[in-house]
This record gives sequence, structure tokens and C-alpha cells, in this order.
Amino acid sequence: MRYLPKSPSDREQMLREIGCKSIDELFEPIPEQYRLYRDLKVPRQMAESEVVDYFRERSETNAAGYAVFLGAGAYHHYRPVVIDSLISRGEFFTAYTPYQPEIAQGTLQAIFEFQTMVCELTGMEVANASMYDGSTGAAEALMMACRVTGRKSAVAARTVHPEYREVIHTYVQHQGLPVAECGYLENGRVDMADLEKKITDDTACVLIQSPNFFGTIEDVAAVADLAHSKGALLAVSIAEALSLGIVRPPTEADIVSMESQSFGVPLGFGGPYAGVLATKEKFVRQMPGRLVGETHDRNGKRGFVLTLATREQHIRREKATSNICTNQALIATMATIYMTVYGREGLKELAGQNLAKAAYAAGEFAKKGKVLFPGAPRFNEFVVQTQEDPHDINNRLLEKRIIGGFTLSKFYPELGNASLWCCTEMNTKGEIDTAAKAVGR
Amino acid sequence: MSDRDIKKATRHVNQNEGLIFERSSPGKKAYRLAPLDVPAIDPRKLLGAAVREDLGNMPEVSEMEIIRHFTRMSTWNYAIDLGMYPLGSCTMKYNARVNEVVARLRGLAEAHPYQPERISQGALRIMKTLADCLLDITGMDAITLQPAAGAHGEMTGILLMKAYLSSMGNPRKKILIPDSAHGTNPATAAICGYAVENLKSNAQGMVDISALASQMNEDIAGLMLTNPNTLGIFEHEIAKIADILHQKGGLLYMDGANMNALVGKTRPGDFGVDVMHLNLHKTFSTPHGGGGPGSGPVACKKILERFLPKPTILEKPDGTLGFDYNRPDSVGRVRMFYGNFGMHVRALAYIMANGYDGLRQTTEDAVLNANYIRKMLESDYTLPYNSGSMHEVVFSDQRQAQKGVKTGDIAKRLIDYGFHPYTVSFPLVVPGALMIEPTESESLEELDLFIDAMKAIAREAADDPELVRNAPHSTRVSRLDETAAARKPVLRWKPQAKSVSE
Amino acid sequence: MAYPKDYKYTKEHEWIQVNGNSGTVGITYHAQEALGDIVFVELPKVGTVLESGKSFGTVESVKAVSELFAPVSGKVTAVNDVLNQSPENINKDAHAAWMIKLELSNPAETNALLSADDYQKYVEEEK
Repeated sequence: MRYLPKSPSDREQMLREIGCKSIDELFEPIPEQYRLYRDLKVPRQMAESEVVDYFRERSETNAAGYAVFLGAGAYHHYRPVVIDSLISRGEFFTAYTPYQPEIAQGTLQAIFEFQTMVCELTGMEVANASMYDGSTGAAEALMMACRVTGRKSAVAARTVHPEYREVIHTYVQHQGLPVAECGYLENGRVDMADLEKKITDDTACVLIQSPNFFGTIEDVAAVADLAHSKGALLAVSIAEALSLGIVRPPTEADIVSMESQSFGVPLGFGGPYAGVLATKEKFVRQMPGRLVGETHDRNGKRGFVLTLATREQHIRREKATSNICTNQALIATMATIYMTVYGREGLKELAGQNLAKAAYAAGEFAKKGKVLFPGAPRFNEFVVQTQEDPHDINNRLLEKRIIGGFTLSKFYPELGNASLWCCTEMNTKGEIDTAAKAVGR
Repeated sequence: MSDRDIKKATRHVNQNEGLIFERSSPGKKAYRLAPLDVPAIDPRKLLGAAVREDLGNMPEVSEMEIIRHFTRMSTWNYAIDLGMYPLGSCTMKYNARVNEVVARLRGLAEAHPYQPERISQGALRIMKTLADCLLDITGMDAITLQPAAGAHGEMTGILLMKAYLSSMGNPRKKILIPDSAHGTNPATAAICGYAVENLKSNAQGMVDISALASQMNEDIAGLMLTNPNTLGIFEHEIAKIADILHQKGGLLYMDGANMNALVGKTRPGDFGVDVMHLNLHKTFSTPHGGGGPGSGPVACKKILERFLPKPTILEKPDGTLGFDYNRPDSVGRVRMFYGNFGMHVRALAYIMANGYDGLRQTTEDAVLNANYIRKMLESDYTLPYNSGSMHEVVFSDQRQAQKGVKTGDIAKRLIDYGFHPYTVSFPLVVPGALMIEPTESESLEELDLFIDAMKAIAREAADDPELVRNAPHSTRVSRLDETAAARKPVLRWKPQAKSVSE
Repeated sequence: MAYPKDYKYTKEHEWIQVNGNSGTVGITYHAQEALGDIVFVELPKVGTVLESGKSFGTVESVKAVSELFAPVSGKVTAVNDVLNQSPENINKDAHAAWMIKLELSNPAETNALLSADDYQKYVEEEK
């Protein structure tokens, strides 16, 4: 086997040193009746060329080179080539968790920069080293809010990503934390009257998403005022991180849970992505996940370490803030490189292009279908209601190698024939025009 | 300090590099956007009060500086590509390059999770094939690839147990966890709403069968067991353990962190395990990436299948694959979309490159390496448990501690010898533990260098303990002040705060 | 280490100095030594009612968390907020760095506590 660095004589020599006649002796602790004497039912050993061929064939039966109008929690943005070039350095991608800071300063400094950039973008004071993704991050945000407030329930907006809400449901039911749902208005925003009714004395947290699942930007300040007036925290989930290039950050929130996929992470059929939790300094000890902090060595030289680890499972065990251990460090590093490439001006310019593309597309779509939720600002997604079933529209577009919008009937049956469309810098005017034409037939 | 015995590493110059923010100045750019092909808009008009004008301290640098910045930082890391990571229970093996190549194939890397199933057959087939391989490797009946990491898999598995027990009328209150367990086990039990009851190990470092029998009752949902356990010892009474649990209606959860000792040699499904997770980033070679991403598939017996997270993968009568969302008994979703698909690709590529014979040889080599280290070091370090070792071996610092040299010091000194430290002070049942897992990826030469280094450090601990206590001596930074970091946490860079010194 | 004679001690390594119905509580020299550099202390709010032997807070070093146990029952009347900013005071002088003051609800409970000599013996035996 080509990954194994031993010759038969090496193995014999080692067995001799150990004092064993055969390798089987070393497996004697496994009771005889449970030892496997047949070959595993897995493919035979393949040459590298065969492995590549196998995956190339699989790749070719997947859509490649299609125009994509899907967003809905996973966004198609251009990935600068320096990202893969840098994270392909073995010192980054084959390194372990930086528990030994003297030989992990590269990873630690990169994550410290990630934490800083997330704070700058979200308007929060501290950010952790990453969560699995935006959905589990949102669930962790709710549980964190319960620890902070000592309260035992939450309200989540119906406009939070439906799959995020499903994940939240899975997590919190076992903590005895009921989560009420709050509706939305004609403009796509949170129904404040409904929210006010749903918040009780036991509400730890209100969770909204902005831009929300329909692409609508919420009035974060107003929701924060309402939540705070009732003693609850506000958690804001951000699924489209690029929006922060041009949309005011949710500074009024107490916790921000962000999916970083838009920042240079491949769509990759849904993962790996990277969530991140950011919050106010005063809540840091209730935060889940790893944190990198700055310190100095014996000679006063600056260095970085994993810190405040007493919150975590390897020390506090069943009383830990979360059971998370492995996170998404390499993906966070990708996001750091992406944020560095575009930086202060580029993120704004790029977000502006997304805004322009979506505004143009919404205008074109409105000529043929009905663009829902007028009256509130949007970023790069919008909802179109059509006469026709969106599946039929999408099937027609597929023939033109265009993947249409996300059909909403499964999660929002009340919207009828509605679909959610996303336009990024990757969508050309030509594609948009073609798609808009198909909508109106 | 004498470098006489240090054979693997030589000091060399590496570059200094500040934080990216310290390089930033207005007007530098590392990007250029394509011209906008739709009419320009006024963000203020579109967004109104929601518009953002300034991105604060986000960096402004050129592409050249980005390459140097991150490349320089990378050289400060230790990595598998540089040498052995003898980390117990963290299986740090070679990350094959072909895995990275196939994961980046356009049709896979650019696949949107919501694109129609009929143009996602390639991705679905990869997931299905991986799932089938993992099922035979574990001897289980059903599987989900959704969990994002080991701890996430643990949560999924315990939720399956809870759902099953609830369907039998009582979810029960407690989970048994051995004192040698990884911290994620008790943390997971708590997340799932269970109380944790500690189970003591016996003198051989294994589950105390009589203690288990007396502790097991109808309040206990099950046992979370790592096998081989964190001492590297196979629980040879595993079938009896399973029986004791099953007789009282409980279930056996296996933490698959140490599956690298078992693949192709035995199957958890055959020795009584009801549900388990795998760590693709350990056993199946997907890269650790400095802390993640991982992937934690959960495999289970038939009785738990209907509770698996949704969606599952479904083979349709026409031979195509799709997702099955219609699962009324499911514990729900544990993650959006379908899991860390990129890791599924890599793990399958690893399995294919190995084949059944390669996987078996891999396991044999991993166990051979650990036993070789054990044999060569048992004269220098105390072996607290005499039971046979599988893929890892745990020593204690008992002898060295007499001179005031602790396991953490020996670990730091290993850095000077060109190695990453082993796992320090874990498992908790061994005072001053040195937990060593070489994996199959190490050649005899690298193992001998490691053994020589450990022997040299044992000598130093006796002759010059101060040298070991102050290690490492050869790194960019010496031991860092973790106390200061925790007392006054500085968790982000700020422009006004001039940092300590550089 | 000399343990103040006018304090009483617990086997969980807390000390209490009793003055009539009020008591002042901290952790012992031995406890801080075992923990190492203390980085954080979590203490109850004024007004919290404590039960003898039950946890009232935590003290943390970089890599360990230790629970604090109430030596006697009573109501918290004061909390040493200085420790929020300067937890190192506990390492510097554990017997001066008090954590909470209590109004004792059952002063007779103090009879069950260890004297300085008994505590010292207990600590030596534990080693």
C-alpha cells in the first residue's frame, strides 16, 4: 500500500524486537470470535489514476459549469486563487489543533486575525475560532443566551433559515427550552406585534436572521429594543456574510451567529462551511467554542494561545458550555484570507455589485412575475411569485444550463408558487435576462 | 543546552511577520472586480438606514503581501508533512494529496446543496458508496453522514438512543461514562439532557464488569465506551458489557475515536455495539486543518435506523439516488444540508486508495508501531497498565516526576527534538500521563528517531531537569504566558492598543 | 504554612472567620497552591442563600475548574469584587483574599468545622 512507509523486513525486525512471532499475536486482546477473517466489502486497492478517474466521472454526473441562481444559505461567489494556494500548504492543512502554541503560531495568529475581522464586520466585541456552521451556531447562540439570562425559552422568527430552525429544534428540545415562532409581515420583516406577544418573562432570547431567508434586511435596532425592553437578548443570524460589506452591522445584537461560507469557501454540496459566534465582551465566559488570545512569552515576545479553555469540554466535561471540540479551523483560515484579499474597500465594492445585480434581476422578474415583500430593503436575494409552478420554470431553465431559484412551497406553503432567487457577482446580465424571460411564460 | 542527541531537527531562520492589520494602509488592493454589466445603483437609496459606509479596520493590502503573510505564518506551524504527531486518540496520519485533488473537482466543489437531485447524482453516489463502505467496516446496519465532527456524532448517536428508548416508553435519565473517557462524552450526554454517572476502571485499565453490573439499572440509558479505550486497551469483555446493558434495556454507544486499531480486524457491530460514530478526520485521513473541519458519521443497528437524522439517502427503483425527507420518527436535523461533504469525498478516496488489503495492513502497522514504541520505551518510562496495547500506549511520568520533570515538560522538550508532543495528562485515570499514538504513517526510521529522543529526554530529566523544565529552547516563542492570557483576555487586535513588544 | 488559628476550615479547603453571626469565607493556602495561578473567580450575588456543603461558586486556573463549597449555611452579605479584576490576590495571600461575607443562619454548624491544627494535619495526610 503506497501510503505505508514500511518494507516487509522492517515489519519482521519490529516484530522480533517486540518478541512476537506474527502480527496476529498483537491482536490477541480481541476475542477470537470477534476477529474478522474475511476481506472488507470495500473496493479493491486502486491506482491513483483510477481514484482520480472515479471521482472525475462522479464530478461529471454532477452539474458543472451551470449558472446558479440558488442562494438560500449557500452562496456562489468567486474564490480568489490565493486561498487554495495558501491553505494547500501542508503546514496549514495537515496541522493539528493548536494546543502546543510554540509550534502552532501560524494557525493561532490566523485565527486571531479571523476573530478580529469578524468583530470588525459584525460590530461585536469578541468572536470565537469557529462553529460547525451557521445552523449549529444559531442553536448554540440560543443555548448561550439561556446561560446568560437564566431564562428557559426563546422566540425565533419564521424568516430564519428553515433548516437552521430544524437544527435548533433538534438541539434545544433536550435542554427543555421551548422555541416559539414569530411571523412576518407583508414587507418580509419580523411581525413586531406578534413578536411582542410571543416574548414572555422566561424568554432568554429572540433570534432573527438578517438578511433573512427571503433576502429582506431586518430592522435590527427595533427588534433589539423590543427584546431588551423585556429582558431578553437578541441573537442575529447572518447566512450571507458578504451582506456585511454594505449592510449596517447588527451592533444592537447581543450575540451574532454568522455563516462564513460566502468568504471564499466552496459550495461543496453543503460543506464543510464555518460558523462563528460573536458577542459582547461581558458574555465571553458563556461562549461555546475555542478562543485565541494574545499573550507574550518569557522574553516578552508577542504570541497567541488558546485561552479561556475552562469553558470547554476537555476541562469542564458535563458542565461545559458546549460539547464542541473539532471545529472548522481551516475554513476559518480560508475566510480570513478571503476577507484580507477584498479588505475594507473590496468587500464594500463586491457587496455593492451583488446589490446591483439583485436589484436589476428583481426589476426584470417583476415585469413577468410578482416580486414579494416590497417596502423593505434587500441584499442579493428576492422572492418571486409566479402563475406557474416554479419546478416547471426551473426544469425549462435546466435545459439552458441554468439552475433556477429555490422553491419555497416546502417550507412556506402560504406563499403559493414562490421561489427565492439569488444574484451574486457570478451571475451575468445575460443569464439574468434568460431566467427572467423563463419566469414569465 | 546540548544538541548532541537532536537528530531530526536543526534550527533555521524563519521570517518575522506582524498582524495583517499592521501591514494595512489605505489604497492598497489585492482584488479587481470585473466591470458591472447591469446598471449601477446607489446603495444609500436602496438600503436607506440599513446602508453601511465604512468597514472599520478591515485590512488593505496587496496580493504579494498576502502570500508572504500567510506563507511566513505557515512556517511557524508543525504539521504531519514535517513529521510524526504521536498524539494519542487523535490519529494524525498522512493526508494523501490525491484526496485534495478530487475534492476540488469542479462538479463537486461547485455543487450547490439545493441543486436538483438529477444533476447531483455524482455527489449522491459518493455519499452512498462511502456509507456502504463504512457500514461494512463497522458491521452496522444504517448510517448518517450528517454530523460535522466527532462530538457532533456523539450527540447524534445519543439522540438516537434517546429516541429509541422514548419509543419504548422511557428515555431514562443517565448515561454511564468511564473515568478514562474523552471530555466530549460527558459534555455530549449533558447536551442531550442526560445526567452523567461515572464508571470506574479496574486494575487492568478496563471497564470493571462487576461495578457495571451493579450500577446498571432501568434509569440508565446506556454506556458511552471508547474501544480500544483511551489507554489503548481493547475491552476484551466487550460482549459481556453489551449483554449487561441489553439485559436491563440499555444500549451500548461506542466512541469510534480509536477505530484506527480495528478497521479490517474486527467490527463493533459484531461485538455488541448498538450505535457509534467515526471520525473521518482521524481514521479516514481527512486533514485536521489546524483544528477542523472534521466529519463524524454515525452508524447504528437496525432498531435505531428509523430515528436517523433527515434526510437520508434513498436508492430509487430506477437506480438513481435521492434524499428521503419523509422520516416521521427522525431525531431531526443536526446540521443544515448533508454534512461536511468535502470530507466524505476525501474519506472515500482514502478507502479506494487502500482497498480492503490496504486498510487491514494499515491497522496492523498502526498496532505494530505502538507496540514497538512501548517495547523500546518501557525501560525508560513507567507503564501504569500492563494490558496489551493496540494502536496507542500510555506511560506515566512517575520516574521523571521525582526530579520535578512532569509530562508537560517532557512533551515540550520533544519539540526541541523535532517532534510534536504526545497527548499530555490524558487520560485522567493515569497521573502524569504520556499518551502516544504513532499511527501507521511512520517509518521505522522516524519511530527510532522518536524513541531516541524520548530516551535522551529521560536521561536529561535525570541529569539536567532544569533543561527539560524550561523547554522548548528552539522555537520562535518560548513558553507562553497562558495565565496572563486568561486573566486579561485580549481576543482581537485593536488599533490603539500597542501590543506587548515584538 | 501557618494557618490562622482564629479561622475554621473545611475538608474542601475553604476557610471561614466567624465573628458572632457573621462569617468571612475564602480558600486556603493549600487550595490555591494545588490550583496554581488563579485566573477567574465566579461568586454569588449579594442576597443569595447558601446551604452548608453546597457549591456557591467556582475558582479557575488556566486548566482546571474547582467548585467552592459553603462551610456553613447563610445569606451572602458582601462579595469581594476586587477578585474580578485581580484573581491573583488569592495566590498572593489566600488567607487575606476573602471571597464572600455571610450572615450565618445556624452558627452551631461551625462546631463541625476543622481547627487550624486539625486542618494542617488533614492537609499533610492528604499529601
